[in-house]
Amino acid sequence: MTQLASNQFSVRSAEDGVCMRVFLWVLWMGYRVFGPILELLMAMFRPFAVAIYRIGGPLVARMAGIILIGAVVSVCLGVWAHALLFGFVDDSILARAASAGVTVAGPFDHFSPSTWGLTPSQIAAQLHVVGGVWDTVSGVARYLLWPVQFGIVRDLIGVGALIGLFNVIPVYTIWWERKVAGRIQSRLGPMRVGGWHGWAQSPADGIKLLLKEDLIPQGADAPLFRLAPYFNIIPSALAFVALPFGATYVFRELDVALVFILGVLGVEVVGVMIAGWSSNNKWSVYGAMREACQMVSYEIPMGMALLLPVLTVGTLNLTKIVEAQSGGWFHWLAFDSPFMFAGFIAYFVASLASCKRAPFDLPEAESELVAGFLTEYSGIRWSFFFFAEYAVMFVVCGLAAILFLGGWHSPLPASWGCSLGDAWYMRGVKGLFFSGPIWFVAKCVFLLYVQIWIRWTLPRIRIDQVLYGCVQVLLPLTMVLLLGTAVWVWASTSDCPTWATIQRISRYTLGGIGAFFVIGFPAIAVYGFYHRRSLVGNLVQDAMPGS
Amino acid sequence: MRLLALVGGVLLLYSRSAWAAEGAGATTKAVSGGLLETALFYFVAFAAVVSSLGVCVSRDIVRMAVWLFGALGSVAVMYFLLAANFLGAIQLIVYAGGTLILLVFGVMLTSKSPWVKFECPKVEFLLSGVICAILLACLCIVLTEATWAGTPQTVPGASVAAIGKSLLTQYVVPFEIAGVLLMIVMVGAAHLARQED
Repeated sequence: MTQLASNQFSVRSAEDGVCMRVFLWVLWMGYRVFGPILELLMAMFRPFAVAIYRIGGPLVARMAGIILIGAVVSVCLGVWAHALLFGFVDDSILARAASAGVTVAGPFDHFSPSTWGLTPSQIAAQLHVVGGVWDTVSGVARYLLWPVQFGIVRDLIGVGALIGLFNVIPVYTIWWERKVAGRIQSRLGPMRVGGWHGWAQSPADGIKLLLKEDLIPQGADAPLFRLAPYFNIIPSALAFVALPFGATYVFRELDVALVFILGVLGVEVVGVMIAGWSSNNKWSVYGAMREACQMVSYEIPMGMALLLPVLTVGTLNLTKIVEAQSGGWFHWLAFDSPFMFAGFIAYFVASLASCKRAPFDLPEAESELVAGFLTEYSGIRWSFFFFAEYAVMFVVCGLAAILFLGGWHSPLPASWGCSLGDAWYMRGVKGLFFSGPIWFVAKCVFLLYVQIWIRWTLPRIRIDQVLYGCVQVLLPLTMVLLLGTAVWVWASTSDCPTWATIQRISRYTLGGIGAFFVIGFPAIAVYGFYHRRSLVGNLVQDAMPGS
Repeated sequence: MRLLALVGGVLLLYSRSAWAAEGAGATTKAVSGGLLETALFYFVAFAAVVSSLGVCVSRDIVRMAVWLFGALGSVAVMYFLLAANFLGAIQLIVYAGGTLILLVFGVMLTSKSPWVKFECPKVEFLLSGVICAILLACLCIVLTEATWAGTPQTVPGASVAAIGKSLLTQYVVPFEIAGVLLMIVMVGAAHLARQED
């Protein structure tokens, strides 16, 4: 025993001991000086904290649903106010330009409201020109908007928004996934934390993970083990840089946005592989190998399926691809040709594999590999992988919505959408409700729901089935689709009236099939709701909404 | 290390012209040699050099692969900095996302022990040293002898469409030959990997 103890304590050299003593002394003196001040502050704020908790806690617990809905509505209103203001300025600039006989180029040409390209000094100048009551408004707006005219400030706001989004999306997708999983399995899912349907479960889990010990196994390659989560989380955050949420709601509109997003998503695999390898654990290595197999093979059909819209529209710029689909339901690219319709499904399957969702969740197969490449991870590093996974799910669904489902355009016909002829307030309203980020997010959320739904419905498939599905089914299929789309695009350039009829018939047939599925979805939900008494368990019956 | 990464990220975000050079119509402009971009260039160049050295010095194959990722990634950032967005994204897909994964994957499949170390014989060490010295000398000669164009500018028409058009018209033969070569490699690999009947 003594031997062991002396072994343990003789590791430090004499110099280390001196350093340690000086450090402790500084710490001690710091505590003597600042400690009382800190304690005084804490004594002052403790009643406040307790009071806030006592008053706020029950309030939040009772009104969490209202608070959540209120937050969503206020975000929408904020977006709306922005759209109104900038639409008004657009309008006044256009009016002035028209009276001066000048054609206005730049941000006005293909969408509206679209003043993101203007500097606030220009906006303020325009508000000033109009005069009247707007002169006062412009005076206020000029000072309010002054800091926003600097590129760096705008970038900081944009980065802040992106980081916020990147944090909120995984947290609430995880909560939602657990709720959906519960309902699919006839149970309730998280119900307690926070009050209203366990809405605070995910933030609470996040805090728990932050405080957990960060374990690194003794045999692991420590630097790589520490590095791996960053390889995973940074690319998935980078993908949001080029992902447009609306015509003007994009951090950087890249001309190669699609290739850029594919590239950063490809880098994500490196993180998983390094994590698996550096853990020095056979389950981890198996998980990483499966991940590599799966990703490298499914990237090819995924890329090929993504080529179909690119081939049809002729650009890699995501904003332009969406703008090519304006005009309502039947103009969405998924209904453009039978090849495109099949391509959308092929892309969705491949995207499930690329973000390791069931039935392709072999890299972390809990029932076979403990937790796959995550086996040795704990605490915040573990949660980094999950943040990355859920963020990538959103990005992948966003790509599907942008490329195949009309992005931020509503399914309503073009006459409902924005046009430059409308008054500025109508453009604000229409920009918000008929072609805006809300539609994009709604489509993403629906596709996310489908991903979750598939995960809790289908069993996991074997690795040989995964590879068979890629190499012998999906890959030849997407090759045929690529060829077919090329022929279709080539045929569309001809002026043959028969061909135009064929095209129209196929477009409306496919659109009808799509509409059938989209209407059938709530219909099945309503059917299930009216037959909920046949579900298992009293608890579920009692807690189901409406019962 | 974290500080360096933070500085790099901040610089990357602020060098607007590199990101937006070929973006929305209103923001197109020539690459300017601003202070931020210069600083970012030196930062990325430093990262590229350090990670390349890491590739040479490190003896663990997987760590080498990670260093290689650093080198390839900083070259990709350099492409973005030069407003060659397409090239940068392709660099990420092909090298960082493809080649590197295959490298690590190969190590995983073939290694006998958990930590594979490189053992380099002295002869090889000397030989590679001589070759590197010759290469360095050549590069230095080229750098000093060459005449450099004045101010840097964006190449007009270096968009994706222009690249695609030139690949399918002017450079169609090399492009197709590269495709055939890859096909041969694939068939050969499949033949080698096939089980004996």
